[in-house]
Amino acid sequence: MKKLLLSLTVICWGFNFYAQEYFPKNDGVKTADSNYTVFKNATIHTTPNSEIKNGTLVIHKGKIAQVGNNITVPKNSVIIDLKGKHIYASFIDPFTNFGIKKPKKQGGSIFSPGAKLDWKATREGYYWNDHIRPETSALTSFTYDSKKATEYINEGFGVVNTHMPDGIIRGTGLLIALNNKGTKGERLLSDTSAQFLSFEKSNASRQVYPTSLMGAMALLRQVYYDADWYTSGKVTNKDLSLEALNRNKNLPQIFEAGSRINGLRADKVGDQFNIQYTIVGGGDEYARIDEVKATNATYIIPLDFPEAYDVSDPFMANLVSLGDMRHWNQAPTNPSVLSKNGISFSLTTHKLKKLTDLNARIMKAIAHGLDKKIALASLTTIPAQILGKSNVLGSIKKGAYANFLITKDELFTKDNIIFENWVQGRKNIVTDMNIQDISGDYELVLAGKSYDVSISGKPSSPKAKVKLGEINLGSKINYKDNWVTLTFTDADTTKTQYTRIVAAIHDTPDLWDGKAVLPNGVETTFTAKKKTKEDSGKTKDKEILDKKEEPEIIPVVYPNIAYGNVKLPKSENILFKNATIWTNEADGILTETDVLIKDGKISAVGKDLNAGNAKIIDATGKHITAGIIDEHSHIAADAINEAGHNSSAEVTIEDVVSPSDINIYRNLAGGVTSIQILHGSANPIGGRSAILKLKWGESAENLIYKNSPKFIKFALGENVKQSNWGSTTRFPQTRMGVEQLFVDYFGRAKAYQELKQSGKPYRKDIEMETIAEILNGQRFISCHSYVQSEINMLMKVADKFNFKVNTFTHILEGYKVADKMAAHGVGGSTFSDWWGYKFEVNDAIPYNAAIMHNQGVLTAINSDDAEMSRRLNQEAAKSVKYGGISEEDALKFVTLNPAKLLHIDDRVGSIKIGKDADLVLWTGHPLSIYSKAEKTIIDGAIYFDLTKDKSMRKAIASEKNKLSTMMLKAKNSGLKTQPPKKKEKQHFKCETVETIN
Amino acid sequence: MKNLIYIIVLITLFGEVRAQQTPAKDQSEVISITGATAHIGNGEVIENSTIIFENGKITAIGASSSISPKGKIIDASGKHVYPGFIAPNSTLGLVEISAVRASDDDSEIGNYNPHIRSIIAFNAESKIVESMRPNGVLMAQVTPRGGVISGTSSVVQLDAWNWEDAAIKTDDGVHINWPNVFSQGQWWLGEDPGFKPNKKYTKQINEIENFIKQAKASIKSGVTSENLPHHAMKGVFDGSKILYVHVDVEKAILDVISFAQKNGIKKLVLVNAYEAYKLANQLKRNNIAVLSGRPHKTPNYEDDDYDLPYKNAKILMDAGVLVALQNSGGMERTNARNLPFQAGTVAAHGLDKEKALQLITGNTAKILGIDKFVGTLEIGKDATLFISQGDALDMRTNLLEKAFIQGRDISLESHHTKLWKRYRKKYSK
Repeated sequence: MKKLLLSLTVICWGFNFYAQEYFPKNDGVKTADSNYTVFKNATIHTTPNSEIKNGTLVIHKGKIAQVGNNITVPKNSVIIDLKGKHIYASFIDPFTNFGIKKPKKQGGSIFSPGAKLDWKATREGYYWNDHIRPETSALTSFTYDSKKATEYINEGFGVVNTHMPDGIIRGTGLLIALNNKGTKGERLLSDTSAQFLSFEKSNASRQVYPTSLMGAMALLRQVYYDADWYTSGKVTNKDLSLEALNRNKNLPQIFEAGSRINGLRADKVGDQFNIQYTIVGGGDEYARIDEVKATNATYIIPLDFPEAYDVSDPFMANLVSLGDMRHWNQAPTNPSVLSKNGISFSLTTHKLKKLTDLNARIMKAIAHGLDKKIALASLTTIPAQILGKSNVLGSIKKGAYANFLITKDELFTKDNIIFENWVQGRKNIVTDMNIQDISGDYELVLAGKSYDVSISGKPSSPKAKVKLGEINLGSKINYKDNWVTLTFTDADTTKTQYTRIVAAIHDTPDLWDGKAVLPNGVETTFTAKKKTKEDSGKTKDKEILDKKEEPEIIPVVYPNIAYGNVKLPKSENILFKNATIWTNEADGILTETDVLIKDGKISAVGKDLNAGNAKIIDATGKHITAGIIDEHSHIAADAINEAGHNSSAEVTIEDVVSPSDINIYRNLAGGVTSIQILHGSANPIGGRSAILKLKWGESAENLIYKNSPKFIKFALGENVKQSNWGSTTRFPQTRMGVEQLFVDYFGRAKAYQELKQSGKPYRKDIEMETIAEILNGQRFISCHSYVQSEINMLMKVADKFNFKVNTFTHILEGYKVADKMAAHGVGGSTFSDWWGYKFEVNDAIPYNAAIMHNQGVLTAINSDDAEMSRRLNQEAAKSVKYGGISEEDALKFVTLNPAKLLHIDDRVGSIKIGKDADLVLWTGHPLSIYSKAEKTIIDGAIYFDLTKDKSMRKAIASEKNKLSTMMLKAKNSGLKTQPPKKKEKQHFKCETVETIN
Repeated sequence: MKNLIYIIVLITLFGEVRAQQTPAKDQSEVISITGATAHIGNGEVIENSTIIFENGKITAIGASSSISPKGKIIDASGKHVYPGFIAPNSTLGLVEISAVRASDDDSEIGNYNPHIRSIIAFNAESKIVESMRPNGVLMAQVTPRGGVISGTSSVVQLDAWNWEDAAIKTDDGVHINWPNVFSQGQWWLGEDPGFKPNKKYTKQINEIENFIKQAKASIKSGVTSENLPHHAMKGVFDGSKILYVHVDVEKAILDVISFAQKNGIKKLVLVNAYEAYKLANQLKRNNIAVLSGRPHKTPNYEDDDYDLPYKNAKILMDAGVLVALQNSGGMERTNARNLPFQAGTVAAHGLDKEKALQLITGNTAKILGIDKFVGTLEIGKDATLFISQGDALDMRTNLLEKAFIQGRDISLESHHTKLWKRYRKKYSK
């Protein structure tokens, strides 16, 4: 009831101002005025790039009526003189959740035993996935928050765009004018301001799918296909989500990516459907700016620059990585780097701990090179443009909302003050501009004594110091409504007694006279006269102190962490002299032989080759092999398992390649040049692979093989039946069920394909498209497998559907069915000696590779582990011990054979003229425990070099020391710090089920 | 009922596959190994050696020119003889399949468990245990896990009918897991998975200090029936047991050193000790030994040298610290057979090969306090040794022909070799 009354009051109040024409009124007569408000003599910054000196601004009924120099002022005007002051358009924040609360998390992970999980949607009449919520209107959960609005207003904002920050597709947002005195209808500039998206799941649902970033990406793609299909009218059920999505199609699409790399990922999805998202970035765009630029997206950039780490305790400081230290140093350059690269962006208060940090952050960005005009545009014209509201918001022009700031100086200057922030023609006082500034030094004469009074601080809340001769007196000043009162103690400190004075300050702030009450109660008068500057005799030290040094910025490297490249390695022409060459070809192992690499390819192999213009490297006593290839890796990825469904053929690891994983560098140091990043083993039909060359420093896109062969992960056994998870509610729970699941999917994919080929209309299904590729021989299976029964089963299922399984990976009981595998023509990529960690690996033996190889199965040895992959040559060497494989064949287990399994042996895997120059120079025999990779080369470029590694170690130590000193300096200058912290990613193995929100 | 069936099924399954290699009989005749390169385990090598052992003990070792063989002669010309490798800080025999809870016996509940003794649960017939021998790993320290004080370890040889026969040093030491200086966010609850300074660190150390004080008081009371955990600490105070402190970061290692001094700990060994390399001189000065972490691991920090785990033990050894390798971590039991290759890796990254061998033989024995009878090929010690066709630290040439534990000629077969032979036979048809 109380609330109702309150809102009635607010509405009535509003009516007084702008009575709405068709609303009846029963509490008085329907009065209205049509007066104008006119601001004169201000410098009007109509846009960031244009200004009117001594201009006049006329506003009327919440809008700008006129702006310019020679304006005839209407008669019914209230005139405000703004001489010496400035007018700017009020700011717009395009990305907030103002007035909207995100629902709480419901908990329940697939790890927690007995957790309540929903495998399907909980809503009816909507899309099959609860995390797709385009039908959400932010209005239904919006409550105008005047307190928060005032905080925004005080920072200069007139309008904010708000939304429900929940789900992958989050529905439409609201554009709200921060008009505390307005009506709801008046403030609501748009109830469909934009459609919002993210990769994060909704807290409102426990539906398991998607569990991963790549699942979220795949889901988004499928929704777009489905929305399109829905328009065909062939869908029999009502789907309110798809209807809403189609309705929202022409709105601005704002994607909360939260990091540079997720921004690129979002853009990639958008490009596929001709949608250009506006991307809410992560503040780390500067570190690979070319890629950011290539998106052609407009960005919304947060200003949450990290605080310096408190490195004063060196033990604790060890936690902080060089990458995080650099980010502290470089993050404030982000806005300036974006603008220098021609990327259009808006700033947002999103992620700021307090709104009052805004101005300081912008000033910091400006100190780090951001142009003030760009800063202004990023708060006014650009957000208006993003929201399609340039006609009414973001600049001072006729017809626009009367949303503007009155400031003391130019914006983003040191002593500037925002006096007033007008929103929809209503005044909000931020700092009273009519307050006389009384700061200065005064001589106070009272009862025959002369005191020194010094007043400083903000005009609205000054501070005072009172001295009698050399004695400081305790004092308290109060200055309000042009009345100043000052209370101070007596020079005799043994007594508690005060003198009080009070005076009105009018047009004579330099000379006060008023009433005083002495400690003994006697009332008298006093005068205080402002001293001239010469009298006060203050030095200009302060100004000198204020001059700041240019901030020192550490250069960005690729990737921007320890061991990153200052310049990306380039292909070189190199002649290796006099090495032992393991060709992996009919020539076998050649001693004292030369290899020439040229233009990224192997150009010649032989004795006494002519170097030409190539650099010569003496490799006497050393060995050269083809680069190591890991058939089963999980490094360099931001996601591994999509565990939300028993099939996730729609997801692809290519979506989530992470080029800044230090394990790439460490793998290079172990001679690894190519890897297949496989999806994990959380489900029988997993996701598609990414096949990479470990070109450390390149972008995710450039790491992926060009014209990459297509692969998909399948899995069998304990993991897919969730034997070791908390949850046991997902089909299948037995090996029997696994077979039927495959039969079902292949059968449906076949039917899907037939329909597709028939030319009849069909619903495009990414999952079915992928599985159909397997049936057509266009996509290869690499299947995680352990026991013989299931290995045999998958081959039989494949036979039934007339295709071949390409690879069994892990395949620890391959030796038991090696004859059947050879007959089917499937390869095996196994561990050298892992076993015993779960029930199904009880019979895993280290002789497995040897037996499979001897039975004619194409055999490889893989890692599934970021550590073991660094020593795959040694893992291969174990086949010499376990089963007596020849050294030449053993090396092929980690080079040529995985290349064949991955269908990249036409490019890599052996030392053959014309193949890619992916080579390793070893300090000794490549299968010896005592050898190290000395140089690792990909496409003729050196990506790892022992000598360079040594010098980088020194550089890392000295750079960390330098940054630590800078952080200590920041701390000592009084800036806030944060405790040391080590960022951690989950270490992925096949069985890792990562979590996303 | 369902559970019962499950248990029966498991028992049947294990019963079926458990028929392990039969432990060897006591040495009945004198054996001489001639012509081999003998790697003593203390840094020395004898080319063309003769080694004689009788009644389970080495009675002679030296250059063939100076010793005449006797008894049964094994010609090992061109081959290599090594002392049996020792895997310290292992859970061998305590867990068979980690994913099958019924087979897990390595971690008791409770935080202060010095009275919990690993030897009791050591399964001498574990299939994992027998798989160690073909690679030359012939002894192990069996160590409980979990809690703040995990329990008391024992050292065993790996060819026995039961735990009692297996034990070569019962209750050798007590293991403390030192509090973490840094704590990790619980990512599965939605927290940031990063590491931050652990705010409870000092409190957690105070708890250990308090336990030590209480234990000392209880021991003084002489009433042994009262508090089992307290009395189990007695050996740590009187020097008859080693205190193993599992600790990683620099600050914590310094705290452990002062903790040990303050509490009069006579024998202190650091376990894992990732950052011990930063304190090598200090450890040397205080005479503190280290069971260094496995070389086959990724560096702990992004900025670390890629080869830091590979060379950690070398740095300590170069500084004069007594150091050996241990293999705790993921798949620690099954991977323990790779201990020789972990030592080989340290050699690859700069350590002399014979010194690398010390990391898994002589030094290990010294640290565990069993060097009087094992660890090196020296007169009077157990004839726990093996003959390899080649360099046993390199996987290509680690090919065992014969192995002896206390002079007993042990089987080098395993579940794996049996299956290998079975399927070779299948395909040879």
